[in-house]
Amino acid sequence: MTKLLYYPGCTLKADAQHFEESAMCALKELGFELQELERWNCCGTVFSLATDNTMFHLAPLRNLLRTREEGGDKLFTLCSMCYNTLKRANKLFNEDPEKNDKVRKAMYEEAIAYDGKTQTLHLLSLLRDEVGFDTLKNKIGKGLNGIKLAPYYGCMLLRPDGLGVDNMEHPRVFEDLIRAMGAEAADFPFRAECCGSYQTAQQPEIVAERTRLIIGSARKCGADAVAVSCPLCAFNLDQRQAIAARLHSDFELMPVLYITECLCLALGIEFKEPWKAFHYAPVDAVIRKMEKKA
Amino acid sequence: MKGSPIKKIGVLICHCGKNIAGTLDIPELIRGAAALPDVAFAGDYKYMCSQPGQELLKEKIKEFGLNSVVVAACTPNLHEPTFRKAAAEAGLNPYCVEMANIREQCAWVHQNNGHSATEKALQIIAMMVKKVAQNSPLFEASIPIVKRALIIGGGIAGMQAALDIADAGYEAILVEREPSIGGHMAQLSETFPTLDCAQCILTPKMVSIGSHPRIRLLAYSEVRGLEGYVGNFKVKIERKSSGVDWDKCTGCGICMEKCPTKVPGEFDRGLGKRKAIYTPFPQAVPNKPVIDKANCLYYKKGVCRICEKNCEARAINFQQEPQIIEEDVGAIVVATGYDLYSTENLGEYGAGEIPDVIDSLAFERLLSASGPTSGEVRRPSDGKIPKSVVFIHCAGSRDPEKHKPYCSRICCMYSTKQALLYKHAVHGGQPYLFYIDIRSGGKNYEEFVERAQSEGVIYTRGKVGRVYQEGDKVIVQGVDTLLGKPMKIEADMVVLAMAMQPQLTTPELRRILKITTDIHGFWTEAHPKMNPLGTTTRGIYLAGCGQAPRDIPDTVSQASGAAGKVIGLFSQNELPLDPMTVYVEEDLCAGCGLCVAACSYEARSLDPQKRIVLVNAALCQGCGACMIACPNGATIHKNFSRKQILNMVDVLT
Amino acid sequence: MLKEKGGLSYNTKMEIETMDIKSEFAERISEISGANLFKCYQCGKCSAGCPMAESMDILPNQIVRLAQLGQWDEIQNSNTPWICAACLACSVRCPRGIQIAEAIEAVRQICLRNRNSERRLGLSDEQIKELPPIAIISAYRKIAE
Ligand SMILES: Cc1cc2nc3c(=O)[nH]c(=O)nc-3n(C[C@H](O)[C@H](O)[C@H](O)COP(=O)(O)OP(=O)(O)OC[C@H]3O[C@@H](n4cnc5c(N)ncnc54)[C@H](O)[C@@H]3O)c2cc1C
Ligand code: SF4
Ligand code: SF4
Repeated sequence: MTKLLYYPGCTLKADAQHFEESAMCALKELGFELQELERWNCCGTVFSLATDNTMFHLAPLRNLLRTREEGGDKLFTLCSMCYNTLKRANKLFNEDPEKNDKVRKAMYEEAIAYDGKTQTLHLLSLLRDEVGFDTLKNKIGKGLNGIKLAPYYGCMLLRPDGLGVDNMEHPRVFEDLIRAMGAEAADFPFRAECCGSYQTAQQPEIVAERTRLIIGSARKCGADAVAVSCPLCAFNLDQRQAIAARLHSDFELMPVLYITECLCLALGIEFKEPWKAFHYAPVDAVIRKMEKKA
Repeated sequence: MKGSPIKKIGVLICHCGKNIAGTLDIPELIRGAAALPDVAFAGDYKYMCSQPGQELLKEKIKEFGLNSVVVAACTPNLHEPTFRKAAAEAGLNPYCVEMANIREQCAWVHQNNGHSATEKALQIIAMMVKKVAQNSPLFEASIPIVKRALIIGGGIAGMQAALDIADAGYEAILVEREPSIGGHMAQLSETFPTLDCAQCILTPKMVSIGSHPRIRLLAYSEVRGLEGYVGNFKVKIERKSSGVDWDKCTGCGICMEKCPTKVPGEFDRGLGKRKAIYTPFPQAVPNKPVIDKANCLYYKKGVCRICEKNCEARAINFQQEPQIIEEDVGAIVVATGYDLYSTENLGEYGAGEIPDVIDSLAFERLLSASGPTSGEVRRPSDGKIPKSVVFIHCAGSRDPEKHKPYCSRICCMYSTKQALLYKHAVHGGQPYLFYIDIRSGGKNYEEFVERAQSEGVIYTRGKVGRVYQEGDKVIVQGVDTLLGKPMKIEADMVVLAMAMQPQLTTPELRRILKITTDIHGFWTEAHPKMNPLGTTTRGIYLAGCGQAPRDIPDTVSQASGAAGKVIGLFSQNELPLDPMTVYVEEDLCAGCGLCVAACSYEARSLDPQKRIVLVNAALCQGCGACMIACPNGATIHKNFSRKQILNMVDVLT
Repeated sequence: MLKEKGGLSYNTKMEIETMDIKSEFAERISEISGANLFKCYQCGKCSAGCPMAESMDILPNQIVRLAQLGQWDEIQNSNTPWICAACLACSVRCPRGIQIAEAIEAVRQICLRNRNSERRLGLSDEQIKELPPIAIISAYRKIAE
């Protein structure tokens, strides 16, 4: 078992518990144990885009510091937004001397000084670079053969350029993972189109329109379900289908699954009953189809 | 080489109107200069470069018996030849004239500080007086010229240059890498702004190249080596192995008919098929096929030989070896042309993976009567006639952040042309153009755009954000910046006006020719304004899109210009050499050879017997790199000796 | 300002006059965002790829143009900064490398810091129960005081 220092972030302890649990089950099967960072705090969810809001970077940097305190140099995340915020904050720390100076001063009470050496590792990179899709494929065999999944990257796994898990305009990693699981990856044009993000709080209708477009596109490419790796995307693409359905009588619901839930099914791990309750669009049918295959 | 014992130096100070006199105190400069050692005369004039100014120079040389002159004025780049010529007319050796640059290096940069500027100017003058005091008279030698030109690249640029040179009575060798000449122009349908058919105006020229008594066409060949210098180059050319003995081949074409292997053809941008033995297109010159070894069954698996069996002329020769030939030439025209930036680079436009999103050259093939669809516009995916086509300008151009910062200059025009031709070809078809600015600055170009607009081509000002496939439509997500509205077009097909870039093989050729390219890989001209056809190497000239993006009229004009340069060179019987070179003091040379490596022009070689270094005066450019490399001070620059340089430095200390 | 005359309503202020052009605003935005708005050549690629453009009253490229000309009032009254989802599709595609999402963040920051417009999320208990923490926290960070 390889131990991974793990940063859950707020939502994996609330609305996305099934994301965490399914990740743990699947990764265990692949030889990884998630060890939760002892003293983690919220990463702030969004990276501040203003140059004079330096204090907003403290929250993510503290988590990176905690990693060093616990003797690690890699911090594993599942949530795309955490991944983005942690990684960008670290880049800023290492590349902007002025900001570096400011945040160091602000962290004077910490037991040790942060050295900028914590790397943030996302699930997709782990599976691609450390497990390897060929190994995974061999382990899974036929897996989800006959299932078509629409890989939804959203924004924060890819942008800004150079910080993401893959080529920004032409990513492949999610598709490759889906294929390694034995399923077919839909050629999904809306895979990196924003779901509306935090606007879901104030503009749920606008977000529901995004959802309708994205889900509609996935349907047009013949997907059985949309696979995601971000709890906010998941909420918007799944829960906001309720509004989309209310506003458009012809809107058809489509299941939205975390990639780790799919991975569990591909690895032959049972889809736990309580996970189902977290979903809005019914998942029973697609899970049955996937279970039969695996 | 010692200067004459008694020095009589004249200093002439130019006002350059107000350029110099407006900042510097001229009377003060005259007083200062007159007081310098060896100065026999110091004077001034409003414009030294003018006729009366030059006359004044001559007069003073005679009046005071001057044996050296310093003209304190502008940069020597501008007027050194002027004053040297004037001095020569007065009987003075021109290399005893130097310029002190008190304009660019003093008056212009210190406009607000006249007093110290005058002091600095006096120092500049004093330095040049010190230097000229030890100048020796130099005499020009000359070398013979081989009156035969090499043209690299057989696109319209290279063809035009070769024809002009040959028509002027000189021999031309035209080297083309592909099996046929013609270049990209051969792929075009009709040409803006007149809409004449590209093939119709190109093929007659191709035929005259093929049959011209003074043009030696080497198709399917590449330059592999170059030595020598202007007037006397030695070039190595590889004739690649085509698998066909072209001397025997009659061009009947039976081999191409019988060959069983079909592959996507480069000439049709992958939209049509060709055989494994092929000519790129039916009007090819020379009309002789080559075998594509990567796809030929015999080369791959050792079976087939159908072409060989069918060739009555017995021209097929699978064992044919590449052949290296050497030629002497006096001048070179580099006309290597362009390529399109690949659609793979544009992820947001489908990264080249959407079948109905194609580049502009592919669309030319769809419009061309001799193209894969015989001029019917049919889209690649399913052969349907597209009812709407979106043309996206500046695809990869004008994007300093991710792609090419420059404007490719011709795509506004050809996209307009393509939209119009498409509209003529497909009844009821709707073309949409997304542009940022329309660049139509050519003769009759704006009128051509007006024509397209009035015929109903829809121009939208805004750059497209994203292109994606949905069902059998290609969705174009754009914006109309004039209305401030997002815009979504469901198109049947999209054409990307990809940026033009130099041939990807340019770096290799650059290494061979030792001329320079800019950061994008376009050949660099000797001077962007005053010498746009020349390169930093004398005798090598540029033509066509390898130097910068341009259309056919500009390409042809430039090619004729380059040919004119070559013809001008060849009209002389001998070439005067600049005597401002270096020589080796044999007694001091230890034969270490450090300077041989330091020389960028291959002007130096080690004499193995004498163990000293020899300088080829014809190749030496007088840059002085060797002087710095030599640990013994054995290399001496004529009129730029160490002693002279140190004397100049002394003035400042 | 809308006026009415002979049954026709018309805008009284259609023209930008010399004195209205206050490029300091663009500089202020540059300071906070690090984006040089004067590099913009109005290609519109930012707006063309913007997922929220349909709901905006002024497109991102127009915000940049207005900022260049110092038309702060128009920017301030626009819904665009509050509709933007900071997805960065504009910033990563801008041919001139202008960080538009960052510039729009700067606009939000200026508004929020001026406190001249009250920006509260005003979420009901029900909404707070429904929304995941990630949505609430990010919304607070981006669009509320
Ligand atoms: C889609 C499109 C449409 C166009 N439409 C028009 C139009 O309507 N009107 C108009 O005026 N212009 C048009 N143009 C522009 C036109 O194509 C060019 O101006 C013209 O072809 C340039 O000719 P060239 O000889 O410089 O380059 P090229 O045509 O590229 O020729 C260069 C030649 O050099 C050869 N070569 C390259 N490297 C080597 C080497 N190392 N050794 C030997 N040979 C080499 C190449 O094989 C090629 O044959 C269009 C361009 C495009 C892309
Ligand atoms: S010529 Fe027109 S389309 Fe081509 S790069 Fe220039 S502006 Fe863009
Ligand atoms: S993409 Fe960049 S250059 Fe184009 S309009 Fe937007 S900000 Fe301006």
